[in-house]
Amino acid sequence: MDFSYSKTEELFLQMIRSFAENEVKPLAAEVDEQERFPMETVKKMAKLGLMGIPVPRQYGGAGGTVQMYIMAVEELSRVCATTGVILSAHTSLCMAPILENGTEEQKMKYLPKLASGEWIGAFGLTEPNAGTDAAMQQTMAVDAGDKYILNGSKIFITNAAYADVFIVMAMTDKSKGTKGISAFIVEKGFKGFSIGKKELKMGIRGSATCELIFENCEVPKENLLGQLGKGFTIAMKTLDGGRIGIASQALGIAQGAMDETVKYTKERKQFGKSIAQFQNTQFQMADLKTKVEAARLLVRSAAWKKDKGLPYSADAAMAKLFAAETAMEVTTKAVQFHGGYGYTREYPVERMMRDAKITEIYEGTSEVQRMVIAGHLFK
Amino acid sequence: MNIIVCIKQVPDTTEIKIDPVKNTLIREGVPSIMNPDDKGGLELALRMKDKYGANVTVITMGPPQADLILREAFAMGVDRAILLSDRKFAGADTLATSYALAGAIKTLDYDVIIAGRQAIDGDTAQVGPEMAEHLGLPQVSYVIDAEREKNGNFIVKKENEDSVQTLEVEGKCVLTVLASAFEARYMTVAGIVDAYDKEVEVWGADKLDVDENKLGLKGSPTKVWQSFPKQLKAPGEVFEVSEEEAVEIIVKKLKEKHLI
Repeated sequence: MDFSYSKTEELFLQMIRSFAENEVKPLAAEVDEQERFPMETVKKMAKLGLMGIPVPRQYGGAGGTVQMYIMAVEELSRVCATTGVILSAHTSLCMAPILENGTEEQKMKYLPKLASGEWIGAFGLTEPNAGTDAAMQQTMAVDAGDKYILNGSKIFITNAAYADVFIVMAMTDKSKGTKGISAFIVEKGFKGFSIGKKELKMGIRGSATCELIFENCEVPKENLLGQLGKGFTIAMKTLDGGRIGIASQALGIAQGAMDETVKYTKERKQFGKSIAQFQNTQFQMADLKTKVEAARLLVRSAAWKKDKGLPYSADAAMAKLFAAETAMEVTTKAVQFHGGYGYTREYPVERMMRDAKITEIYEGTSEVQRMVIAGHLFK
Repeated sequence: MNIIVCIKQVPDTTEIKIDPVKNTLIREGVPSIMNPDDKGGLELALRMKDKYGANVTVITMGPPQADLILREAFAMGVDRAILLSDRKFAGADTLATSYALAGAIKTLDYDVIIAGRQAIDGDTAQVGPEMAEHLGLPQVSYVIDAEREKNGNFIVKKENEDSVQTLEVEGKCVLTVLASAFEARYMTVAGIVDAYDKEVEVWGADKLDVDENKLGLKGSPTKVWQSFPKQLKAPGEVFEVSEEEAVEIIVKKLKEKHLI
């Protein structure tokens, strides 16, 4: 068993840390405050190949590993969770299902532009009445000869306002339940497709989370992703992968809050000494550090299994469950350690605590992760 | 065009601490990095490659661990990497180092040699200029910009303390570069993925065009006698006075020190 980073990963870590520190961190507060999508950062990431890390070379990607991709999400989220989720949704929720389920034509058409970052990807499953109960899809896709006609809407879609390609689930045969759901590749310019209202959120405020609206939207037949009726399976498998990304995002937020708290508690003096010298601080921080490291091992182990082609569904669920709850705990305590200052926007832990909460909710709530884990345990 | 860039692996001195008892640098746990001015030089070379098309070769002298900065250079876009590593090089001062580098470079085909102005561990700024002397080439130090003319000459901007000179250099030359003028690019992801699949050529002394007596400790006229941290200056005096009184005090103090 080898827990160390490979030489390639070491080199990658050196690059992504420096990129996060110099290019992403300086914008984090502003992106949050102005609820602004950091397009300039996405362009810089694109230039370095960060928008296509685990995509093979033949489809225009960098030919890296899932492990490298999740390291990128962690390091970006450590300083700016908005940037982390932009990369995660783009990679795990849009490129991965095309790579894993697409025809050669679909891969050649979409992956090079997505992996180069010329296009941004998004994923549409959630609907007003289909959240955790994702099988209750009301968006309909009707066969109209050479195309499908989609009607309905999706909500809470990450990257939506800036995305060019969307993986969209819709019901092709309502009588078949989950087996009547199919997946489609929808382009921004398709007739009848539009972006609806943007959500005003508690955290990750720079990621453009919007509604997708389909009004007799025309999707060419060749844009069916995978087989007809396999959409629900594709969505669930996609989310398995996505959870490793969100687990990394949560891990990054937790690590970022740890970094800030170590720095602050060493500097802040009360009762004549730094608050890092108090045993209460030390014991609590020791517990948090242990949880962050445990989360990192879960995340790396899930990514390792995905890289090896081993089953990783339960591992991804455990990684996300634990990393998300750790992020929430670490950031909440980080604010507490910062006292009154931690509640102000002068210190990044205030933003981090708001950012952490979503990791317990999206791409499957913590309750869903427990269902997935228990499902594997009692099958 | 063929460009050679000389780089060095150095301890990240921003993270280095001094052992309070032994008065020596604590190197354990201090990350090793590519020397910043050298990275600036590499950036200049890669910009020339982007602009004119070129083969860029990086060369370093050091222990086997220096392989890391050569991999980094690959991931930034260089074409070839050479590591001069041999016990015979050990203990080299700047003269013996520049001699070994020049001995390696003599065996290569090149149009320009670029090096960093100085390394953050030794701060001598000698290796680049000495190398030019060994090779009998013109040199420009403190370079902040360089363009290549059609006739092969270089138009180079050199930063002085209070001015910038523009020089034209004929033919082959050595340029030593300031990091501040060339913000280095990041490694690309694909470059990183491929970095360890490429070959770093490891050269011993026998590969170089040199007199082995001039290498390493034997070839080094400079010996380090003692290293010690600089004493901190005493804290200044604080006077809480009016502006007029402040002027008087400052003038008095400057006169006391014969500065005015």
